[in-house]
Amino acid sequence: MTVQLDRPTGGPVRPVAEEKVSRKQKRARRRRQDLVGWGFVGLATFLVIGLSVFPAGWAFFISRKKWNLLSPAKDVGWRNYQAMVNDPEVWAAVRHTLFFTAMFVPISIFLGVLIAVALNQRIRLVGFYRTAIFIPFVASAAATGILAGFVFEPNYGSANDILRRLGLPPQPWLESPTQAMIVIVIIALWGQVGFCVVVYLAALQDIPQEIVEAAVVDGANRRQVFRYVTMPELAPVTVFTAVWQTITALQLFDLVYTTTRGGPVNSTVTLVYYVYKVAFQESRFGYGAAVSYGLFALTMIVTLFMIWYSRRTKIEAF
Amino acid sequence: MAFIRALEVRDVELDLDVPEPPKHRRRRLLPFSPWHFLLMPLALVFALPLVQMVLTSFMTDAEINSFPPKFIPSSISLTGYQGFFGDSLAPRWLINTCIVAAISVGSHLVLCSLAGYGYARLKFRGRTFGFFAIVGTIMIPTQLLMIPTYVMFSKLGIVDTLAAAFVPWLTSAFGIFLMRQFFLALPRELEEAGEIDGLTTFGVFRRIVLPLAKPALATLAVFTLLNSWNDLIWPLTAISNQDNFTIQVGLTTFQGTRRTQWSELMAGNVVATMPLIVGFLLAQRQFVATMTFSGLKG
Repeated sequence: MTVQLDRPTGGPVRPVAEEKVSRKQKRARRRRQDLVGWGFVGLATFLVIGLSVFPAGWAFFISRKKWNLLSPAKDVGWRNYQAMVNDPEVWAAVRHTLFFTAMFVPISIFLGVLIAVALNQRIRLVGFYRTAIFIPFVASAAATGILAGFVFEPNYGSANDILRRLGLPPQPWLESPTQAMIVIVIIALWGQVGFCVVVYLAALQDIPQEIVEAAVVDGANRRQVFRYVTMPELAPVTVFTAVWQTITALQLFDLVYTTTRGGPVNSTVTLVYYVYKVAFQESRFGYGAAVSYGLFALTMIVTLFMIWYSRRTKIEAF
Repeated sequence: MAFIRALEVRDVELDLDVPEPPKHRRRRLLPFSPWHFLLMPLALVFALPLVQMVLTSFMTDAEINSFPPKFIPSSISLTGYQGFFGDSLAPRWLINTCIVAAISVGSHLVLCSLAGYGYARLKFRGRTFGFFAIVGTIMIPTQLLMIPTYVMFSKLGIVDTLAAAFVPWLTSAFGIFLMRQFFLALPRELEEAGEIDGLTTFGVFRRIVLPLAKPALATLAVFTLLNSWNDLIWPLTAISNQDNFTIQVGLTTFQGTRRTQWSELMAGNVVATMPLIVGFLLAQRQFVATMTFSGLKG
């Protein structure tokens, strides 16, 4: 038995009456298809849009109001944005955020490539190394923050213990305004490098063996193979990873909350932390929304610049 | 799109500890590869803090504060765990987190596979629009959503309830996208055979497609478990009633009130982290696939 489903047959022209019926049938079938289709995707699509597109749009209206959620919202036009541009705390937060990003992104990519190349060797204990390097990725920001507080505790912490054993002076770490952000970079790297490693491992295994062999046949040594074969092959993944890590870095919040809560003397207040502080601790929801839009703009500019720059240097990543 | 290719190679050989084949062997000064000089210290730096966390959780506070600091407890003490469970609502927080994680994972699996299949295979009006709307949301950052979501939750009356912790994790653009990519790669013939056998669209999905989707579903489950279990920002902003804290929020408040009671803090840390670490050790392959595909943490 042959059954044809949903396939219009060509064939001779049908009588007008039959044509009408079939059109009606077609419409009914179409409606059924729509119902089935939206039955599958409807709830999920509604939730995704309702929990992101809708609030993101609403945030813009909130950003033009003065609102503490208790008394009625007051329209203030663009004044929140004007205040933002003139707010020294915002600029301090921008500086801290950019400092973190400028440290975190290049180092995480460098370590990612280095460790991935090492893990790609055929050596013993690779399974152990890989597990050890990936495992911090599953630890939550809350747990990581508490653990970091312990390791970098100035009196009893292991970090200073190691320094003392090496004969070096102990450091105040998270309790020093000049060192706290650097320590947060180290903690973020500890948790996130595993991600870069996995991405680069996958990319390394994607490199066709033939071109490596061809280079070796042409007399390239190991270093030349890495410089002229491996590195260009890794360029697109690097653009992707750099953009991804930058977006993550610009949104740093969890680790700051669980280690320093912005201190000491506000030296680790990032933009998202500032949004949190303004909105949820000071109940200035309108101003907080404006700052979060400011950060959104900053993220877009940085991301677009990176994509533009990679296009200009002829690396196809997107 | 690098990250899609990355997923395809998720079945990277997980046991590469094969000795070098003789033809590559050069004259060696060392009985082992020099790469160990790089990897061994790095592996220790990454793993030792977690080992120390576990070891410290079994010390008494007196032992932790002794000088010079100790790494291995002289005897196993459970005071940290007793303190953590006794002085806080920790059991409650743990149950809350399990509820949040279970609802998030369950809902993710159902909604994302349904929607992923719909967008991959079914023809209906509004399909392109719906799909692009979903993909577009990937660009919207969380911090932009913090304030309006809080306001929305407070209007819906779910602020201060457990729902505030799991509603943001009911489904995700990432999950729908992941499942759609997976279904697109499946051969159509099996589904057509099912249709010929008289199965409805849902029947084809349930009986033919879903059983084939186990690897993608496992990746999705790991992703959702990781994110919902470790989530801090939603329960932190939306829940202030201690009874409804998740373990992560509970830990951060506990941290604020007991700065120096390290045994209790470390015990809490172990309780909050161990389920995922054990899961990681059991299902490394799936975790690695998830990390490759997402990097979405927190």
